[in-house]
Amino acid sequence: MPDATGLELLAQELRGAQGAQAGAPSGSPVIETLFFRGRGTLLIEPAHIRRVLAELRGRGYAFLASLHGVDHYPQEPRLGVVYELLDMRRVDRVTVKLRLPGDGAEVDSVTPEWPTADHQEREVFDMFGVVFRGHPDLRRILMPEDYEGHPQRRDFPVGGEPVLFTFNEGPRTGAPE
Amino acid sequence: MSSGPGPTISDYRRREQSITLSPLEEQLEEQEGPLSEELLTLNFGPHHPATHGVLRLLVTLQGEVVREIKPIIGYVHTGIEKTAEDKAYWKVIPVIERMDYLSYYFNAMAFCGAVETLLEVEVPKRAQYLRVIHMELNRIMSHLVWLGTSALDLGAISMFWYCFREREKILDLFEMSSGARMHTRYFQVGGVIEDIPSGFAEKLAAFLAEMPSRADQYGALLNSNEIVLQRLRGTCPLDAETLLSLGVTGPLLRAAGNPWDLRKADPYSSYEDFQFKIPVGTVGDNYDRYVCRLAEIYESVKIVEQALAGLPEGPVITADRKVALPPRHELATSMEALIHHFKLVTEGFRVPPGEVYFPIESPRGELGCFVRSDGSSKPARVHMRDPSFVNLQAFSHMAKGAYIADLIATLAMLDPILGGIDR
Amino acid sequence: MEVKREPVGPLGGPSGHVDPRALRVRELNARQLLRGGELEGANPSAHLEGSDFERHVEESVMTTTLERAVAWARSNSFFPATFGLACCAIEMMSIVAARVDVARFGFEAFRASPRQADLLILSGRVSIKMAPIVRRIYDQMLEPKWAISMGACCSSMGVFNNYALVPADKFMPIDVHVPGCPPRPEALMHGVLKLRKMVQDDPDMGWRERYDARGTEEVLADLGGAAAGPATAAVNVPGGGSLQDTAGA
Repeated sequence: MPDATGLELLAQELRGAQGAQAGAPSGSPVIETLFFRGRGTLLIEPAHIRRVLAELRGRGYAFLASLHGVDHYPQEPRLGVVYELLDMRRVDRVTVKLRLPGDGAEVDSVTPEWPTADHQEREVFDMFGVVFRGHPDLRRILMPEDYEGHPQRRDFPVGGEPVLFTFNEGPRTGAPE
Repeated sequence: MSSGPGPTISDYRRREQSITLSPLEEQLEEQEGPLSEELLTLNFGPHHPATHGVLRLLVTLQGEVVREIKPIIGYVHTGIEKTAEDKAYWKVIPVIERMDYLSYYFNAMAFCGAVETLLEVEVPKRAQYLRVIHMELNRIMSHLVWLGTSALDLGAISMFWYCFREREKILDLFEMSSGARMHTRYFQVGGVIEDIPSGFAEKLAAFLAEMPSRADQYGALLNSNEIVLQRLRGTCPLDAETLLSLGVTGPLLRAAGNPWDLRKADPYSSYEDFQFKIPVGTVGDNYDRYVCRLAEIYESVKIVEQALAGLPEGPVITADRKVALPPRHELATSMEALIHHFKLVTEGFRVPPGEVYFPIESPRGELGCFVRSDGSSKPARVHMRDPSFVNLQAFSHMAKGAYIADLIATLAMLDPILGGIDR
Repeated sequence: MEVKREPVGPLGGPSGHVDPRALRVRELNARQLLRGGELEGANPSAHLEGSDFERHVEESVMTTTLERAVAWARSNSFFPATFGLACCAIEMMSIVAARVDVARFGFEAFRASPRQADLLILSGRVSIKMAPIVRRIYDQMLEPKWAISMGACCSSMGVFNNYALVPADKFMPIDVHVPGCPPRPEALMHGVLKLRKMVQDDPDMGWRERYDARGTEEVLADLGGAAAGPATAAVNVPGGGSLQDTAGA
């Protein structure tokens, strides 16, 4: 894990490298850094995600271990996407996070450069409703394709059925259609 | 289906609205004439004896050669992560154990490790060694079930009974220590729930003494078998570069030559105290995957032997009463213990806010648990990075251009567990 | 010392032969009461008399030796369908393994095709995506067929009472529920043997009510009577109460 100072240096380099590229989205990519329980996290602007991941890949973090979503409801912006990167040579992990608003959550897909993100981005779309622009095949992966709603959001009800006992059991089903 | 030279994509294929035409099919669509061949889309599963669970595959075949595979999952999606947000931390453990249902100790370890990192509690040494013992026994058991069912797919039906015979012995050991065969809730936050009973060490030693010879027998049955060699050797190889870009870890990556193993690279729970080797393959074909997993059984036996020999004395769960239940005899005398017990059982412990990702090495690869806590007694988000879910993406790369029989063999060697894929 | 043996009569009445048919009807009535139903409306047999009663008993209770033999054969040769969904599937594989050997009872022929199977052991959690597929597979099985719901997840909702699961009772008829998470192989074996007992004793088991399948009974020729009738064995004519080409009854 890059220690706290290493993390700050990394963030500074990312901010600095941004100006050198032409045509890059403006603004500083890194919003804040967080060092928690021995692991470094970079909170970045969603527009810069592909660039930041490419930069980190250049620095050795070449393995995308996990891509998952979080719902920070009721804080805004409520949806978050977390990218866990791993440097296998130095056995180093760094986390990249971004926050998106609940309505119209869109971010660039990193699947072209990181093929491992394919199914994982589909899962984030299915569970949270984050649209990944440029994803080759963004459909629901775990829920049925015509399902409405995004189950993992905090305001989606857990659901469930009352347990069937003899007293509340309805007429037995089974008539063939 | 149209007759004569004409569009070569069948109507059924077109009607599958949600499946886009693969680039190959688009090419064929433009081509007309005697050279164009018809592609057949076959639906494999979800109810199929060879799919190791409810996996649905849409396989596009050209003759008997596989051109494209689209896996469709979600048929055993249980909403585990959503359910986990609704329960106190210690009640999440039985729910999360049922995710990857062959490696339940690993699921529990990943979650407990994440929560222990958030809480900053230290797990006593004896508990760590007990965890290692149970996890490695689980690894052996998972590989035995994999071996039995994979050999069943290949046609070597007797292997099923031999492997399950050993599995019963391991489950007996689990039943001795925790009371249940599967999904034992033995790992708790801060350690393990109970110390091993008397007789466990002897029974475990007896099992460890005979397990290597049993694994030799399995190897003797399969390693030089002509059919196994023909079906597995040289089929569906995939190089380590592609595997890494697809996020594949575990025995699949090790079979391709990359010795990445979290137990050695980033040890957790006292794995650094043990000496063991990492079996690595050379070519990355199905035969290497088979041999790697078989060799891992021997290594796990070695680890358990060392852990049992070096098992230290001490508590089996952390002494922090705010996290772990006090021992029952204290409840009669100490008011504080009573209050702690009450708070822990009704509300559960509170975890300071933060997010943590805890990766471990499960029998299928990197199993990571992401826990986000908002300061209350229930987690705000639990996500399991399941290795089978990510490894499945490599399946179509592996099986492209192979025959259907190789597809079955590759699926068997991939070792997917649909509970983990669908969660 | 003189020991006098007396058979116990029904309901403590005067000692006499216990009529199994009457006992059976009382059993059905009792079950109906337990289910909260009214005796009068729900179970018309409560007030049947005479020949109506005889006919009702014949229809609902197995009496003939042929039926008994067929039930014995059916119950001792279940062909389970390979249908493993989740963790319970591993314990179901354990009953095929050597310790709890299901081949002792004759059930080791697990058939992959539902057309060839007659027992569906639903082992594991049924998600909403999988439920229509399970139903389709159950429909593809041929009569007579039975279903065992193995484990807590398909019997009730199990550990996960949430949006993603459906209890199996909601979309298909289940004969035996086996509790457990996962049930031990011995427990599943107990459930299968209970099903075997159910099939041996009462093969009808109400699957005609479950299916609402009156009028689809197999019509066999009267073996002592008009043997020259053409096509007298009509099997499973759906929806047809009377069969035109049957020679008499």
